Amino acid sequence: MLEAQVVTETNYAADPLLGPALITLEHVHKTYQMGDVEIHALRGVSLHIDRGEFIAIMGASGSGKSTTMNILGCLDKPTRGQYFLDGQDVSTLSRDELADIRNSKIGFVFQGFNLLSRTSALENVELPMLYLGVKTAERLTRAKEALDIVGLGDRMHSMPNQLSGGQQQRVAIARSLVNQPSIILADEPTGNLDSRTSVEVMGVFQQLNKERGITIALVTHEPDIAQYARRTIVFKDGRIKNDYLIKDPRSAREELESLPPIEDDEEDEE
Amino acid sequence: MNLLLTFRIAIRALGRNKLRSGLTMLGIIIGVGAVIAMVGIGQGASASIQSQIANLGNNMLFVMSGSMNTGGMRGGAGTSQTLTPDDAAAVERECPAVRAVSPGVSANGQLVYGNQNWVASSRIQGTNEKFPDIRAWPIETGEFFTEGDVRTAARVCVVGKTIKDNLFTGTDPVGLTMRIRNLPFRVIGVLSTKGQNQYGQDQDDTVIVPYTTVQKKMLSITNISMMMISAISPAATFTAEKQITDLLRQRHKLGANQDNDFFVRNLTDVAEAADQSSKIMTNLLASIAGVSLLVGGIGIMNIMLVSVTERTREIGIRMAIGARSAAIRRQFLIESVTLSVVGGIFGIVFGVGASIIISNTLGWPTLVSPWSIFASVIFSVFVGVAFGYYPARKAAGLDPIEALRYE
Ligand SMILES: Nc1ncnc2c1ncn2[C@@H]1O[C@H](COP(=O)(O)OP(=O)(O)O)[C@@H](O)[C@H]1O
Ligand SMILES: [Mg+2]
Repeated sequence: MLEAQVVTETNYAADPLLGPALITLEHVHKTYQMGDVEIHALRGVSLHIDRGEFIAIMGASGSGKSTTMNILGCLDKPTRGQYFLDGQDVSTLSRDELADIRNSKIGFVFQGFNLLSRTSALENVELPMLYLGVKTAERLTRAKEALDIVGLGDRMHSMPNQLSGGQQQRVAIARSLVNQPSIILADEPTGNLDSRTSVEVMGVFQQLNKERGITIALVTHEPDIAQYARRTIVFKDGRIKNDYLIKDPRSAREELESLPPIEDDEEDEE
Repeated sequence: MNLLLTFRIAIRALGRNKLRSGLTMLGIIIGVGAVIAMVGIGQGASASIQSQIANLGNNMLFVMSGSMNTGGMRGGAGTSQTLTPDDAAAVERECPAVRAVSPGVSANGQLVYGNQNWVASSRIQGTNEKFPDIRAWPIETGEFFTEGDVRTAARVCVVGKTIKDNLFTGTDPVGLTMRIRNLPFRVIGVLSTKGQNQYGQDQDDTVIVPYTTVQKKMLSITNISMMMISAISPAATFTAEKQITDLLRQRHKLGANQDNDFFVRNLTDVAEAADQSSKIMTNLLASIAGVSLLVGGIGIMNIMLVSVTERTREIGIRMAIGARSAAIRRQFLIESVTLSVVGGIFGIVFGVGASIIISNTLGWPTLVSPWSIFASVIFSVFVGVAFGYYPARKAAGLDPIEALRYE
């Protein structure tokens, strides 16, 4: 099954010549208290991510993938350990400061798309800029640009329920990139999609990563999907079990070109 | 993030669920509408009582012959013959709180002009020349009779509007001669329109002649049946009542254990009490309507709370993409204030409309004051903030991860 070879278990320590890594986790622990029981979701995770990387995070259910993504996304704080984003220690920041960082440095893509219902694609994409205080004209231009990038420039006035799952996820990707974040975090973005649509969505991620140098980390439990990334991190029981580069990632675009065209993605699901 | 943007976010969010927004507003619409209509009715009643007070005359009191005790009227007002013109003169001379006095005697009888005649409920009132001043009832055309006419018991008269319209079929009667109880009288003036009194009697169906004329030429009496008295101020009516009572008791030589053989009726007092009770009524109506506004406010809180729960995921999404707690709180607060203010504006329209319908169909006077409109707008903002605050705070306090996971 695995076409790419395991290259090495590297230590991605910050290179002193290149400056700090984009993301550094140092011995991060996360413990949930459930009544009397302590649940150790993360038991000492150390991780470096550089600018421009495309990482697939894998691991069994309950291994700590989502917990890691929440911490990386500044939605949650480590119980112990440190988290540096762009050289800044974010483990000590206040709620509002974390909100500002999420707004300007992080883009989220979720398994369930999480678009605002009864809100057009355009308005959904505009939303992060509303909280940044971008002026109306610029907001519109940038939102349209982002929708063009994901190939939905012609559907900007559609409501989420008028779009297929793949299209909704592309709107969500447009929303995640519209504030030019340092990293896009995607927790099982293809979990609700069929295989062809999944390839399309992975194609969008690959394009963003290759053409725009956007750093991407995505969680998946499908090894096939992980093959579109350039590095894989495998979690087990709250620790990193494996961390390797994929030598020859699959290309979503080439695969899509070789597939016979199907119209289903162009049709509305409802 | 500025207020205008939050406002836009809130408006968009409200627009997304128009039915819910509309139902939420309904409570406020009814509440504000009820306050405006109720206060309108109350103030209308108050205003009509005020105008009746003005109609009564200048700080007026009546003194009637006869007596009244706790058991009710004995003999009946005006039946005994205890008041005299000298009493009236003495009251005017000796009571400091009294400004003007007119003796009064009245008679009934037929009025004839040419081949027209008019009985109806026409009252022939005998007064002196101070009548227009005391009753605050000016002449419209011609003039009122003079002190000289009173002294000489002249056969002159002043007629009310109803008599002009009926007996003289609308033509100006000044200078014409009519017959009252078969005696010829010269009409020298027409009174302005007074309308109905508070008992619904037509006050314009009257003819006024010098009281001396009634005494000497119609009834052959020397006493008077009443006095019309004007006090120096509305507040002085009470003092005047006391001074008149004391003076008349003294003049009538009544012992300490004897009842009055007259009675004083303070119209201003009665009217003011009526006005007071209409004001209490207004406040009562306004409080009841205020309760419905309160219920409307609780409705807003209720729906905002449901809305926060229903929109937990939306809140999670907003927080994930960078909304600060304060922005979420402001959004929900602005949503509830917008609902209550827009509801309030519709409520004003509804309330004014209801007032107009009430006054047209039920014939109640209503008066919608700008003040009650202003107050209800202020109150709706207050309701929006007060009842929106808790749900807004609840929304802002949500944990983004849990909110995102919410199904
Ligand atoms: N809010 C929470 N409260 C308690 N336990 C939690 C919470 N979130 C996650 N966990 C636990 O932490 C562990 C890791 O969860 P998670 O990171 O969601 O795993 P994954 O995404 O890899 O399936 C699991 O055992 C999960 O039950
Ligand atoms: Mg998970």
